[in-house]
Amino acid sequence: MRAAGMKILRVSLVAAMVAFSHLLVAAAAEAQVTAQRLLDSAKEPQNWLMYSGDYSGHRYSTLDQINTSNAGSVVPKWAYQTMAGGKFETTPLVVDGVLYATGQDNRVFALDARTGRPIWQYQRALPGDIRPCCGRINRGVAILGDKVFFGTLDAHVIALDTKTGNVVWDETAFDYRQGYSITLAPLAVKNLVIVGVSGGEYGIRGFIDAYDAATGERKWRFYTVPGPGEPGHETWEGDSWKVGGAPAWMTGTYDPATDTTFWTTGNPSPSNRGAGREGDNLYSNSLLALDPSSGKLKWYFQFTKHDEHDWDATQVPVMIDQGEKHLIAQANRNGFFYVLDRTTGKLEYSTSYAKTTWSNSKDAEGRPAALPTASPTPEGTRVCPGALGATNWMAPTYDPQTQLFYVTAREQCDVFSTAPQPYEAGHAYYGSAYFPNDDAVPFWGALRAIDPATGKIKWEWKHPSPSWSGVLSTAGGLVFTGDAEGNFIALEAATGKALWHFQCGASVYASPMSYAVNGKQYVVIAAGSALFAFGLP
Amino acid sequence: MLVVGVLCFFAGSTLAQDKNPYAGNPKYAQLGEFQFRLNCAFCHGLGAKGGGRGPDLTRAQKRHGSGDADLFRTITEGVPGTAMPPNGSTGQGVGMTDEEIWQVITYIRSVEVKSPAQPMGDAAHGKQLFFGPAACSTCHMVGGKGGRLGPDLTTTGAARNTDYLVESVRNPSRRLAQGVFEAMKEFAQEYETVKVETADGQKFTGVVLNEDSFTLQMMDMREQVHLFDKSQLRSFAESRESLMPVYDAKMLSDKDLQDLIAFLLAAAADSK
Repeated sequence: MRAAGMKILRVSLVAAMVAFSHLLVAAAAEAQVTAQRLLDSAKEPQNWLMYSGDYSGHRYSTLDQINTSNAGSVVPKWAYQTMAGGKFETTPLVVDGVLYATGQDNRVFALDARTGRPIWQYQRALPGDIRPCCGRINRGVAILGDKVFFGTLDAHVIALDTKTGNVVWDETAFDYRQGYSITLAPLAVKNLVIVGVSGGEYGIRGFIDAYDAATGERKWRFYTVPGPGEPGHETWEGDSWKVGGAPAWMTGTYDPATDTTFWTTGNPSPSNRGAGREGDNLYSNSLLALDPSSGKLKWYFQFTKHDEHDWDATQVPVMIDQGEKHLIAQANRNGFFYVLDRTTGKLEYSTSYAKTTWSNSKDAEGRPAALPTASPTPEGTRVCPGALGATNWMAPTYDPQTQLFYVTAREQCDVFSTAPQPYEAGHAYYGSAYFPNDDAVPFWGALRAIDPATGKIKWEWKHPSPSWSGVLSTAGGLVFTGDAEGNFIALEAATGKALWHFQCGASVYASPMSYAVNGKQYVVIAAGSALFAFGLP
Repeated sequence: MLVVGVLCFFAGSTLAQDKNPYAGNPKYAQLGEFQFRLNCAFCHGLGAKGGGRGPDLTRAQKRHGSGDADLFRTITEGVPGTAMPPNGSTGQGVGMTDEEIWQVITYIRSVEVKSPAQPMGDAAHGKQLFFGPAACSTCHMVGGKGGRLGPDLTTTGAARNTDYLVESVRNPSRRLAQGVFEAMKEFAQEYETVKVETADGQKFTGVVLNEDSFTLQMMDMREQVHLFDKSQLRSFAESRESLMPVYDAKMLSDKDLQDLIAFLLAAAADSK
């Protein structure tokens, strides 16, 4: 009996070990996010594999468990506190039940996506003299293989082990002391990690980089301000190109059909002074179509030529297909909504989606032409939209069901002044400043639903004050967004009717996402120092 | 070695925060002006003369300390309980290095009005007006006395420039005063006027204490605080027509207005 018993035990142990090792293999295989999985992200709606959810930039979830019929009953499921101050701008990723996100001061963490319980937490030891323009923020990670990738406030690109949070490689993109930093979530394409740089406030020379995901080796760099001998260099006066700005501080998108990655750029430097940098200042405030393998430019479209109002074009460029038309759309900070053919870069049309006073005509290509009277003056000129733009970095969404494009709009005009300013490396370089206008009516905001076929606004949800929240749409017929008053809100995607809200206790400065674990759908937003996950009771 | 290094660091930083290394240097004052435009002018105005959001910094007397070290601390740490944010936080601007903060202080010194402002009114008479015939204290407090419907004016004399104070009396709806300021929110709630009618027909008029898309917190004319869900109200109307009456020259002469402002300035100075 005893011997037999031992034998049985041994057999079952072996069986258990075999089963366990299979389990390990299965788990390990699942943990690997291959480039193919990123291409096929639509096949795994439970996961959120990149910043915008998929390569098209739609920020749309096909999950529909939470929908217009039950949204009113949504409740908080968990919260995770970073305990860090400042703006919390992350969009998490979720892969097979694990949530990866970034926090203030270059925190990165992995959580059990069912409960918010941390699996690992990492924080970079930042130098004391970093120069982040607009808060010690970060917008998220990219994932490929067994690594997550993020950019740092001291302009490094770092790969962490998905299982431990250990640093696998750490590459310096540029010297942070000259005003360079990285705040966006990288984009993983093929075997590459693509990032762009922040620092348009410091007279940097912008670039987009691609790193080998396995080794960290830099494969290419595209300077967004062309050097001597390169096309576009002639659009800069004298040596102004050396400090020309044009940062690329928001995540791009990718079209596998044409093997093209789309990236956007910000203002030329100094932002409020055009004197000294006469010309169009390419490729500032542009949409760039790049070959992801080489970084070569296929085409570009410049939204605002020779910008003097800080109207970065750094809004996620969203791919939209209408029948045979393959389009790319952007609600630009300058107040106009642009739809382009994404194969050629040719403008289909542009139309304003917020109050604009800087243009009253179109050029030959159909692009809004600037009025000379809109240029900043020493005393100040009142212009709409203001310096923060008609929208900003907060992500828009495109809902293939409603075929509407949703964007957070801002109604604010500012008084732009200009003054000569010498460039000093690492010091803010604006060429003056802007001031709130003296209008009686306070600034406000709205979530606007734009029909990209016509440019017409179908509905709007008015925010009492301007919001810094991005937007998520879902197959449940919902759009989710946040507001400056701290509410996280679910609206009916077709009509804009509010169906649910939750008070997070701090203004929302993030773009939401959705995932599912064990068949339960969650919607996540960052606010204050907490990440909140919501679901059905 | 490490201990020595740390000690040196603290000794160095203490020194740096006490004394302005650029004091009186016009070159650094000019660099400071660039930083001021980026980081400070949004509230404190071009030329540091103040605006609707921040105090006039050309006055030599600063409410939160007038010395170099005081200014450095105020800029670095902000002023708790006010709209003045710590350097580099969510507030306006890009944030500054210690070096740049000293440049800003050098700039502020260069625009300060050295000679004390001429005594422009009779503060004692202003006080009589405030608590008496002008009836300001019906809605405003100074030094803990007065009403609650309007902003407490104890420190307003220091927080706003004279032009702003004059405008607030003569044309109160032109720019509404700021109310509750939330840490992560860009803009303060303003003293808007609100009229509501509840589902059971009760009507209230007062000022908005705070609101969002779904709820309203208000104070009525009898200083009662009401908390409403907007969806439960029969009617709800906000207006930027201030509840404060317009004090034109017939209601309050120019001389009396000067006296009133002198009182507010004196009250702010006394409140320290």
